[in-house]
Amino acid sequence: MTFNLPPGLALQKVDERIMTLNVGPQHPGSGHMRIIVQIDGDYIVACDPDPGYVHRGEEKMAEYRNYITNIPHLERPVIHDSCNILYPYVLGAEEILGIEVPERAKYVRVIASELNRCIYIMYWLAIYGIFLGHSTMFMWPAGDRELLIDLMEKMTGARVTHAHFVPGGVRNDLPPNFEDVCLRQVNYFEKRIKEYAAVFYDNPILISRTRDTGILSRQDAIRYGTTGSVLRASGVDYDLRVKEPYDVYDELDVHTNVLKEGDSYARSKIPWLDMMESCNIIRQALQKMPKSGSVRVKLKPNPKGKGLNSVYKRVESGRGSLGCYIVSDGKTEPYRVKLSVPSFRNLIALPNLLRGEKLGNMPSVYWSLNYWPVEADR
Amino acid sequence: MSVIAPNFKLSEFIKSLLDNAFWGLLLLVLVGVPAVFMILFFIEMPVINGELLTPFLALTWLADPSRILPVVHAFMATDIFRVMAFPGFGFAALLAAATIFVERKMLAKLQLRVGPFYCGKFEGILQLMGDGLKLISKEIIIPAKADKPIFWAAPVLFVAAAASFVAFIPVAPGWVVADVDLGLLGVFAVIGFFPIITILSAWSANSKFPFIGGIRALFQMVSFEIPLILSLLGVVMLTGSLNLSEIAASQSSFPWIVFLPIGAIVFFITMLAELERIPFDLPEAESEIVAGWLTELSGMMYGLVQLGTYLKLYAFAGLFVVLFLGGWNGPMVVPPFPAEILTDGIVMGPVTAKIPGLPLFTQEMLNGALWFVLKTVAVIFFILLPRGVFPRIRIDMLLNLGWTKLIGLAFVNIFIALGLLYAGVLGPGGLQ
Repeated sequence: MTFNLPPGLALQKVDERIMTLNVGPQHPGSGHMRIIVQIDGDYIVACDPDPGYVHRGEEKMAEYRNYITNIPHLERPVIHDSCNILYPYVLGAEEILGIEVPERAKYVRVIASELNRCIYIMYWLAIYGIFLGHSTMFMWPAGDRELLIDLMEKMTGARVTHAHFVPGGVRNDLPPNFEDVCLRQVNYFEKRIKEYAAVFYDNPILISRTRDTGILSRQDAIRYGTTGSVLRASGVDYDLRVKEPYDVYDELDVHTNVLKEGDSYARSKIPWLDMMESCNIIRQALQKMPKSGSVRVKLKPNPKGKGLNSVYKRVESGRGSLGCYIVSDGKTEPYRVKLSVPSFRNLIALPNLLRGEKLGNMPSVYWSLNYWPVEADR
Repeated sequence: MSVIAPNFKLSEFIKSLLDNAFWGLLLLVLVGVPAVFMILFFIEMPVINGELLTPFLALTWLADPSRILPVVHAFMATDIFRVMAFPGFGFAALLAAATIFVERKMLAKLQLRVGPFYCGKFEGILQLMGDGLKLISKEIIIPAKADKPIFWAAPVLFVAAAASFVAFIPVAPGWVVADVDLGLLGVFAVIGFFPIITILSAWSANSKFPFIGGIRALFQMVSFEIPLILSLLGVVMLTGSLNLSEIAASQSSFPWIVFLPIGAIVFFITMLAELERIPFDLPEAESEIVAGWLTELSGMMYGLVQLGTYLKLYAFAGLFVVLFLGGWNGPMVVPPFPAEILTDGIVMGPVTAKIPGLPLFTQEMLNGALWFVLKTVAVIFFILLPRGVFPRIRIDMLLNLGWTKLIGLAFVNIFIALGLLYAGVLGPGGLQ
């Protein structure tokens, strides 16, 4: 009697040459997840990413809280990018609650979002540096990130988890003299990140290590549904700030950075270029922002959604297109909130990128996917 | 305001001090002094001023200030002093500790941070002591399926191998632990032990990440040993000797790096690889294989391996100095010992103290040691520097570098040395 088991359940033949490594969750090179890697000598023959160690049920929790109290916990998946992960939810909630946002609030949101993108990318870059064994590239971004964190603290009152965006605008107006301070800090920040080229991006050892490793072709990048820097590093000109402008991005001049190589080096360079672009956007927004006016529409204490309707909004976060699908049934709580996160989409490409690579390339390819484990688990 | 010790009583504190003093004295008298005498009994005592120095005589002389220095002289002439203290283990460990402190502070300055700051009053200077105490007090955990005897022995063997490497390095004229004629060959033999110890430790841990790290270390050390040995052949050809003291003495007018810069560069790169330092720290690549072959080591076993690593670092830097930078040779900067102290004694007001055997170290020895330490510290600085600048390279790039480029450059270096010899620039009838 024979059983025809599905492929995933069938017993695998043990090969003496193959060694299975559990990289994570308690491993300095994995983050809050596990990558099951099978190696033959120094070559990876199979790789199975296993996220889910930090699943917190954010989407289910959102069904039991009203539209305002959802804000502080929905930003938890990526606390370093908290403005951007709230952005689609806030945009959707505004449409469901029927709120028109003041012009100044939109500019403030754009500034906060771009600052937060830089904060996230600096954290990502620090970890990318230490994954490659470059301890200076761990310390420099971690230190320079403080500049923008101080700026966000002045702006929102919190260093990391801001909970700044609310349906109807932002929570607080900008502090006095913020424009000057922001301009000065951002200019210094841009000058500082340009120095990273000398120590990191133009480093011959780094280039020889990450060039031509983990190549994701243009077709594959589109087929796997990757977004953000991964997609743009493979030669696809796709940025939601340009393609589907939200808030006031259509009034700003946003340049999309695209590289054609699709290897780890290109994937690691795109976020760095994006930070300089963010600095440009912040300067433009500071110039065009109305100097005074309201930043928040007063809401009723417990606002209700307008009948049975659903809305899907997406924004360009630090990692790529981040979508939020909200279904309302006319109550004070949303009926369903679904986050469509870029991290999970980018992770899908990992097994195919790592197959045939050397074990030494695993950390650089893995982290170049611009992946944040907590966001993938939600 | 918080109270640090709410139940503090002065009387109990004084009583505890007295108790400690009492038990300390008792143990000293009952255990310490007999132990010292037992050790002294087995040591062959020197003859000073025609008298055999017995342990009892040594104790009486120690009480007489004017006769301390001959005893110290006699002690410094023994092998145990050379092995434990000056050119050997103690000196190297002191330099290694200074290296760790400098490395931390220098790297911190490079990375725009402070580094160790609180332990000790000045710039965290006692941080290393704190780390050592922590490592000593930690529990040593052995993996259940480890091969326990080998797993225990590997860190000790590692330190032993590193310390025996230190023994070959001449610090000053005549100041070397093992002054053997085949010194350089001995160094190669000792370096050859490290991959074996590494793979023993890695394999006996019976764990995957140490195993991969050990295999990597084996690849790295074996493939870089060949360019290492080849790069030193040029120096051996020019001096015609394998004795490290003679090689150092042969560079009295100019160091070999002037004639053999390619050999020096190849040796420096292979040295970085043998020391497993960034950019060649693949056996300990933490983002790939946790801590490599050190993953399962805990507590003082890890501390011993670290000690061995830094001893090895000092020994390699010293070898570089001896072979390429002229060893102890340098301009005489140490002033000569004032002769009137020897003849007239030290005049302190009404009292004149005549101390026999006073120049404890000769002027040449002090000057040589000073230049050696300065050069070694400079080389160590350049060994530490890449850590702040380079990322880690990959194993295939490393093997490619070792087996093709470095070996080729080492042969170029050998041909340069041969050319210098046959052209008569160096060697018999040449510059020396």
